Amino acid sequence: MSDTLAASPLTRTVKRLIGVAASLLFTFIGLLFVTFIIARIVPIDPVLSILGDRATDAQIAAERLRLGLDEPLWKQFGIYVWQALQGDFGISIRTREPVIAEIARFFPATLELATLATIFGVALGVPAGVLAATKPGSWADQIVRLVGLMGYSMPVFWLGLMGLLLFYGVLGWVGGPGRLDAAYDMMFEFEVTQRSGMILIDTALAGRWDMFANAISHIILPAGLLGYLSMAYISRMTRSFMMNELGQEYITTARVKGMPERRVIWVHAMRNVMVPLITVVALSYASLLEGAVLTETIFGWPGLGSYITDALMANNMPAVMGGTIVVGMVYIGLNLLSDILYKLVDPRART
Amino acid sequence: MSLLSVKNLRVSFDTEAGLVEAVRGVSFELGRERLGIVGESGSGKTMTGRAVLRLIRPPGRIEADRMAFDGQDLMRATEREMRALRGPRIAMVMQDPKYSLNPVMKVGAQLMEGLRQRDRLSRMEAHDKAIAALEAVQIRDPGRVMEAYPHELSGGMGQRVMIAMMLIPNPDLLIADEPTSALDVTVQAEVLAILDGLVRNRGMGLIFISHDLRLVARFCDRVLVMYKGKVVEELAAQDLMQAKHPYTQGLLNCLPRIGGPRQPLPGLDRNADWAV
Repeated sequence: MSDTLAASPLTRTVKRLIGVAASLLFTFIGLLFVTFIIARIVPIDPVLSILGDRATDAQIAAERLRLGLDEPLWKQFGIYVWQALQGDFGISIRTREPVIAEIARFFPATLELATLATIFGVALGVPAGVLAATKPGSWADQIVRLVGLMGYSMPVFWLGLMGLLLFYGVLGWVGGPGRLDAAYDMMFEFEVTQRSGMILIDTALAGRWDMFANAISHIILPAGLLGYLSMAYISRMTRSFMMNELGQEYITTARVKGMPERRVIWVHAMRNVMVPLITVVALSYASLLEGAVLTETIFGWPGLGSYITDALMANNMPAVMGGTIVVGMVYIGLNLLSDILYKLVDPRART
Repeated sequence: MSLLSVKNLRVSFDTEAGLVEAVRGVSFELGRERLGIVGESGSGKTMTGRAVLRLIRPPGRIEADRMAFDGQDLMRATEREMRALRGPRIAMVMQDPKYSLNPVMKVGAQLMEGLRQRDRLSRMEAHDKAIAALEAVQIRDPGRVMEAYPHELSGGMGQRVMIAMMLIPNPDLLIADEPTSALDVTVQAEVLAILDGLVRNRGMGLIFISHDLRLVARFCDRVLVMYKGKVVEELAAQDLMQAKHPYTQGLLNCLPRIGGPRQPLPGLDRNADWAV
């Protein structure tokens, strides 16, 4: 409402965009700085992990020179940032492949799994939380609480193993570990153009619905499991946010106006619940994108979590750093996204 | 026939600390007149107002021997029937527009909600009616206010919006629950004058809830004085100075008077026996 901001909307938007881009760049360089420091602190000699411990002194010296390790630290950091900005995270020690190419293969698997799990979590958790909040103390509230508590307290590997045993082993309703049956694995590699690396999307785009169905049967169990965990968290938070909003005076106003309870809850209260809920959903999504190592291990899911863990076990520092940077970027990106959504939902955050 | 008839109204809350009785047997009749309910915080005046709209949430409980609005039994009405009354027949203005308007909805959307959802008016018609309602509460720039969010309005403006919103369906009874207590003193009088004018012109019944005895007396025909959930005295507004009950006299005496003697104000005398 203030007229003091007389600048045209266009210049304001441009200014704001530049500000956002600058803060993103700074955060990214900060992230690189942290991974760089970690890589220098861990007691793993990059040269030895490449050449093995039987290398001659001359070989070691030559490799040091090639990696730029004789340069001063600040210069090494500069080179590192410059390469990272161009998408060069180094060469994986184990496979001699660029780290970025490996991550491009592993990350879509995690992205697919985490996205589906988050969709489950939101689609079930939000209504469950609202139901519990509107009838506190009722049997519905108790059930939601119990289901949530189970999701919190049961170890994920146990749930995963039991799920596999029951639905794959005994009932045979779902596919087993891996993203596809072995037969389809090869077919996917050779017959489907991989646009996104996400099997569900690529097969759908290619019209290979048999393969799509097979991928669904494989992803449904791990996604359901992770979705259950995120539902437990989301329903609990939704319940408490909703209870808080329903105690507010504007809710009474809506009721005084004669609005039906459905509208009071889903329009008046929900719009206010969305504000804190965005952060909760974004954080839970981010923690799934980080890679759920235990789940990925049990379900043989070639995702980011197992990639980073394997690399760590193999002293494969470039891969660990690359993976860490991707996780950091996921957090930065989701933060930015929730900031934008936040402003769309809450007019008070806009000014 | 009276507009609202309340006999032996009780509101209680089953809390973990035991049963709390907020209203303990209040009775009154109201025609198309202006009734003031006065008392300290916690005397049960707000709960009385909300009980009429049956807007007390569990664990709160409403009981009454009789509570009827325009011949309709409010105690027996279904939730659907109550919803049909709320808004078009009985409306309420609350204390603080900062909290009583939805912070994430535009003022215009909140004003038009009843017209769009209940009366199924087109966007244009609803918009015109909302503008007219804002003009009626003397908002000079209604188009701009429609597009604003509540946090962009001052307290006085917010309360005018609230009054406009509640008066759009032309209710028969308005409950005003401390409508000016949260406002600056300078705008209190303005908002009160607007409210008074609209209530008089449209001939609606008014329940004016306040802790300010003099204000209520100036504004209403009749005054109920409440103490600890009970009505301790009922009197015509012009007889206020002749109040007999010691609690009412106490309320009168603890207000400062401009030009009066500058002694310490007497404390309020509270006697539990008054509310037995």
